[in-house]
Amino acid sequence: MALPSEVQSGVIHDIGYRNYTGPRLGRSYATRSLYTQSLRAAYGLGRSGKSKVLPMLVLAAMGLPAVVVVAVVVITDLKSLPMDFTQYLTSFGLFPEIFLAAQAPVLLSRDLRHHIVPLYFSRPITRGDYVRAKFAAMASALMLLMTLPMAVLYLGSLLAGLPFGTSTVHLLYGLAAAALYALLYAALGLLIAAATPRRGFGVAAIMGMLVISSVIATFVLGLNGGLRHDPVESANWAATLSPATLVDGLVNQVFGLVTAPQVLHAPGPLAAFVFAAEIAVLVAGSYGLLLRRYRNV
Amino acid sequence: MNTTVARLTVRGLLGRRRALILLAVPVLLLAVSLAARSSGNDKHDLAVSVLGQLGLGTLVPILGLIVGTGVIAHEIDDGSIVYLLAKPLPRWKITTTKLAVAVGASWVFAALPMLVAGLIIYGTKDNLALGYTVGAMAAGAAYSALFLLLGVVTRHAVVAGLGYALVWESLVGNYVKGAKTLSIQQWGLSVAEAVAADGVLTATVALGLALALLVGVASIATILASAKLAGLTLTSDE
Repeated sequence: MALPSEVQSGVIHDIGYRNYTGPRLGRSYATRSLYTQSLRAAYGLGRSGKSKVLPMLVLAAMGLPAVVVVAVVVITDLKSLPMDFTQYLTSFGLFPEIFLAAQAPVLLSRDLRHHIVPLYFSRPITRGDYVRAKFAAMASALMLLMTLPMAVLYLGSLLAGLPFGTSTVHLLYGLAAAALYALLYAALGLLIAAATPRRGFGVAAIMGMLVISSVIATFVLGLNGGLRHDPVESANWAATLSPATLVDGLVNQVFGLVTAPQVLHAPGPLAAFVFAAEIAVLVAGSYGLLLRRYRNV
Repeated sequence: MNTTVARLTVRGLLGRRRALILLAVPVLLLAVSLAARSSGNDKHDLAVSVLGQLGLGTLVPILGLIVGTGVIAHEIDDGSIVYLLAKPLPRWKITTTKLAVAVGASWVFAALPMLVAGLIIYGTKDNLALGYTVGAMAAGAAYSALFLLLGVVTRHAVVAGLGYALVWESLVGNYVKGAKTLSIQQWGLSVAEAVAADGVLTATVALGLALALLVGVASIATILASAKLAGLTLTSDE
């Protein structure tokens, strides 16, 4: 039906399709954002309260004993820390392991289960960037977790008037150990987490791998006479069987922290080299397999 | 028991590559026991450390965790449990069927390899291998029931279960005497001690108490899981 001509006042302007021509932040910015988001997600920041519970509990469980140690040093006026920085990481090593098992699947499995990964790869970032950002985030999260109690110990030992030089050097030893733990754990944990879209299986598999391997390492150590009063030196090779003892043994040998023959250590300089090589192969190998895993998603 | 539910649960638990994860447990146990047999150490110490520490102390709880949460938590997690709950089946029947599958899996993948490992290391002497096997069966059943309950109650069942098995039973249990009374592992050990010949094993919990607690925890966990499943709310992933 034709309308009166005075009503027909509407006009359609053809302005064409406009592409965005402004500045683009690019691939490295996207990778950095993914890193920041993943690191925050590892601690549940920016997520619901429920997902903050576990990382914060682990962080508290890792940090509180350090406060107690410092309190003991201050009150009883000790001349040295009752527990060295690296020793602290060994004694409370269960908590970084739980953190890894719980949070590595948070970073990877959910992206797989909800089929988010193709969406990432439709942006400028490549699979290399994705794996790099996730790996860096997991390693940084673990590093933060282990640095916090060591910072408390360090500040506490300075306040208690312990020698500045020794404390600083031992703090550096502790940081080096923490970095090795972080790299090795992140590589192994993410590889397992990427293999399953089910979070529960990922958690159990990572924890199972870490716990069972360390029980077996202790068992083999005992089998070869490493738990006696006069331990057999070569029994220390059993440390190569588990990620936790591997780092512990290497660090104790390299930094000369073997105060008693019972302390787990790489037996000799050649063994230290083998331990370091095993860590390097495990990290590089897991990283490579992780990259391979994302070749098709 | 409902055979269809059982069949679907078994497929969910063992399907695809997941059976390989479970198979890792017996393979590891047998490899370690063969290695232990060939070493010249005291057979009794070896049996206690392989079957007690590695088997009953580590592999049984971890396997119980995987199968106990595996039979139900994943279905709740991905929402497919609603198709099962929509069927005209009483909820307690679903729970008991899934529990039976979990218990069966923990017996096949943990208790049976423990028996073989025990026979390899120690032979049939003193009923030691049999004792640990019966202990592992009892503990495996209780772990399955407890972790199945956790799977129904919380979305973080595996983490909570790990917290119980590792932090409470292993870490706290090593330092605090009282914690051992509330540990499924110790109850299993108490059963093992009763079956094995006198004085071969030592347990911290009395047999009567251990049996009562095992049965009590398993049945209460199953009843609670059924009740919880009857009014299940599906929540989204956070």
